[in-house]
Amino acid sequence: MSDIILETKGLTKHYGGVHALEDADFILKRGEHVAIMGDNGAGKSTFVRQITGVEQRTRGEVIFDGEPVSFAGPLDAREAGIETVFQTLALADDLNVPDNLFLGREKTKWNWLGPFRLLDYKSMREDTMAGLVKTGVKIPNIKNTIANMSGGQRQCVAIARTATFASKLTIMDEPTAALGVQETAQVENIIRTLKEQGESLILVSHNMRQVFDLVDRIIVFRRGRMVANLNKEDTNGEDVVAYITGAKTGAEYEGAA
Amino acid sequence: MSDGSEGTGGLTFDKSKRSWPNELNVFGALILIIIIFEVLGAIFMQQSLLFDTRDRFDSIFNEARLRIIIIQVAIIGIIALGVTQVIITAGIDLSSGSVVGATAMIAMSFAQVAEVNGAMNPKAIFGPSFLDLPVVIPIIVGLTVGTLAGAINGLLVAYARIPPFIATLGMMLFARGVAQWWSLGNPVSFPTESYAKIGAGMMPVIIFLSLAVLFHFIMNYTVYGKHTYAIGSNEAAARMSGINVPRHLMLVYMIAGGLAGLAAVILTSKNLTAQSGMGLSYELEAIAMAVIGGVSLFGGRGSIIGTVIGALIIGVITSGFTFLRLGAFYQEMVLGCIIVGAVALDQWQQQRAASRS
Repeated sequence: MSDIILETKGLTKHYGGVHALEDADFILKRGEHVAIMGDNGAGKSTFVRQITGVEQRTRGEVIFDGEPVSFAGPLDAREAGIETVFQTLALADDLNVPDNLFLGREKTKWNWLGPFRLLDYKSMREDTMAGLVKTGVKIPNIKNTIANMSGGQRQCVAIARTATFASKLTIMDEPTAALGVQETAQVENIIRTLKEQGESLILVSHNMRQVFDLVDRIIVFRRGRMVANLNKEDTNGEDVVAYITGAKTGAEYEGAA
Repeated sequence: MSDGSEGTGGLTFDKSKRSWPNELNVFGALILIIIIFEVLGAIFMQQSLLFDTRDRFDSIFNEARLRIIIIQVAIIGIIALGVTQVIITAGIDLSSGSVVGATAMIAMSFAQVAEVNGAMNPKAIFGPSFLDLPVVIPIIVGLTVGTLAGAINGLLVAYARIPPFIATLGMMLFARGVAQWWSLGNPVSFPTESYAKIGAGMMPVIIFLSLAVLFHFIMNYTVYGKHTYAIGSNEAAARMSGINVPRHLMLVYMIAGGLAGLAAVILTSKNLTAQSGMGLSYELEAIAMAVIGGVSLFGGRGSIIGTVIGALIIGVITSGFTFLRLGAFYQEMVLGCIIVGAVALDQWQQQRAASRS
């Protein structure tokens, strides 16, 4: 088994005449946490959407876990082991925590009943508790519906899905953009827990402090192109800002943007 | 590393928000309405609505009236069980009343006797080979016609992406047309003896309550129920979670149609005749039962128990107004107010929930 979990080669996405993403070559090692930064419209989310199959790429290759992949949709990606925490929460407000964690992949009994097969509530509850313990997510009552939870708790539930299903790669698209200070801290704690457990992670974020706190490596996008690939130790906030704004371009990307 | 104390400050959680199920509120409303009628009855009629005050029998309750209350809502209640599921998916079904009409005509045509008073059945729709059929045939025909109508609704809503209001409005007009066309407006009468038993006496109530128990179980303990709530709660999330949303919606509308078909069979059996105007405005009463019972028109929230209590509320109000010898128009005015009030309460709860997050 190679130690590269995800690789993209020449990943490109054009929306008509708009070149949203151009020739992105990217490598993520197993257990590595990488941040993707860049200005609005730099191509961060576009990059993520090509990987998770939300959109179909114009050109290029995605190699996941050693296999070239081409996901027809986010579901395919999830089945392959890529869990995505979306910018907009993909939770059903009127359901409780285990229901949301297992939505679309419920544990069931009496499967011969087809759509009316019985839910195995007990087993799902146990797995949910285990997943929450694993991520360090604290939720007072998992039988509470999402509608009754704070934004931070909701985001935690969304992230806990990842841990519960032992995914190979987690992608988070600005997980704390809408959260308060304390809630952000809790989400960051969960990300640290994932790191300790060797989960691979791509974190799209605007938050410089958060990025330097949490990840090993920083990738910068500008105008659809990858312009920097920086080890956290070799860089600082000012440096990253210079790449984001275009004052600097990484040596290996010279002439690209 | 995380010591767990961080970030918990903002994550307060109010237990009271969960521990009081919505059905209890609806049940409270039912009790309140009963008390109002009891008080009005004591003042103006010197009688009790539900309790036996005349010492005629050794019973606590006025059983005859209790029976009437539940019988008069049972058939529409069966429709409401299906409508509840449709509304929980954030849809609506306006066609159920007309589907009852069309199904009534068609099913009854397969339930006719060959001879009435020694002569050929004067109302026979088909030739002799379609008379005196075993009772299962009209039942199957009724369920099939209803389910088919529901399937068309489902196709339009789930696959053609036509808003449920419009799709089922179309079906409402279409099915009523079918009902009138079927026998060119003539009633279809004289069912077989076994067919007449389906809706006789307390049978509608027994069927209604059995189905209520069945669907309560299905909605709470099966994948079908969970996905129904999930779709109504957040359709995009449901789709992203891998639920086949169109197929599921299709199933929900088919079940609703099938229940309307069953209601038609029971109704024609009870009345011993089918008329093209049958089921008129049943869809609205069924929706009213669901809405009064706490089913949210925004989808995702509500329950079968709530709808059953909602049906009882309508039954109590109907009986109560008759008991007070007030005209039916007052009853409709009050029902109208209660429906608007129930939706207003739901709106208010939604806004409060939204402002909390």
